Amino acid sequence: MNAPSLVFGWHDWLNLFVHFLMLSMMSLGGAISTTSEMQRYLVERQGWLSQTQFADSVALAQSSPGPNVLFVALLGWNVGLNTGSMSAALGGVVISMVGIMLPSTVFTYQVAQWAHRNRQLRAVRAFKQGMAPLVIAMLLATAWLLATGGGKGGEHSDNWPLWLLTAVTAIVIWRTRLHLLWMLAAGALLGALGVV
Amino acid sequence: MSASPLPAPPAPSTHDPDRPRPSSLTDLFVSFTLIALQGFGGVLAVIQQQVVERKRWMSNEEFIEEWSVAQIMPGPNVCNLAMMIGTRHFGLPGALSALAGILTVPLILVLCLALVYAQFSSQPQVQGALRGMAAVAAGLIAATGLRMSVALSKNVIPLAVCSALAATGFVLLAWIRVPLALVIALLGGLGCVLAWRRLKR
Repeated sequence: MNAPSLVFGWHDWLNLFVHFLMLSMMSLGGAISTTSEMQRYLVERQGWLSQTQFADSVALAQSSPGPNVLFVALLGWNVGLNTGSMSAALGGVVISMVGIMLPSTVFTYQVAQWAHRNRQLRAVRAFKQGMAPLVIAMLLATAWLLATGGGKGGEHSDNWPLWLLTAVTAIVIWRTRLHLLWMLAAGALLGALGVV
Repeated sequence: MSASPLPAPPAPSTHDPDRPRPSSLTDLFVSFTLIALQGFGGVLAVIQQQVVERKRWMSNEEFIEEWSVAQIMPGPNVCNLAMMIGTRHFGLPGALSALAGILTVPLILVLCLALVYAQFSSQPQVQGALRGMAAVAAGLIAATGLRMSVALSKNVIPLAVCSALAATGFVLLAWIRVPLALVIALLGGLGCVLAWRRLKR
């Protein structure tokens, strides 16, 4: 699937910005948990990114040091590049990163102060406990969508060696203390050799 | 505070005066930059090791307390955590300094990586390598979810109900592709109500 070629007006940039602002407030359990929603919006609904570009952005950010949220910068970067210029790509980075960081940061700053003073409060504890199952479901759904390349009928949905690699990684990282870098290196090697 | 005659209990997380603390905003920025640069595929483990064990800016208990809030709040967990640690020491400037530290240099690095990747993206080996790394990255996210699922056995909501909530959430999000906001409103709301009622006693 080739990268789409886009013509972006100011309202498209605004849509992108507003969408990331909303996702920011929904990113309980980390920005990565909204990945499935970003994929639905950017790839399936708007067609601003190809599935390959989307998956590559996540993979590049994961294999680079730093917080996982930086994949959002790469999504913005690629949307900008699809409109045809490097300055648009940098604009995309700024729009997506400010969008994903600003609301959650302002909100968390305020709430963290408040929750810190009121951590025995029933509402605070109910929220922490009640959200836990959903936070886990969000992480597993994200893993599923990335592994299948976009859900049922996705790009990799019949590539079973790739699935196997995902499943093995999940079990190894879950059950052992092996450093993630070894798994990333193994994945890169298997991919480069054409095994997966 | 109420007019209780009892002395107020010591606030558990006030800063221990003997404990080392970041010397300046620059120290915060540099420390979090270095922490971020050591974290491949997630920074949490490095933050814990550096802030608690090496620098001793906070105790393990304080760390766990802050982490539970950072994790449940919207926004990237480690960014939230960095911000909260910065706040404890230098208020808002500390928050911004720690946040800038954890993001700036890694952001520049990842953009450089994207530029390099663009040069070689047509090579089948490079595409294959990235496909392999993407599969590993998906596995890492699943592993994070699985690790966190262990905590469900200590949840006030019974484990069977927790599992049902998580499984329903997974099906709605991954298979039926229901928008996230709706799922949060429905299942998150349900979870909070269930937890609220169980916490009554």
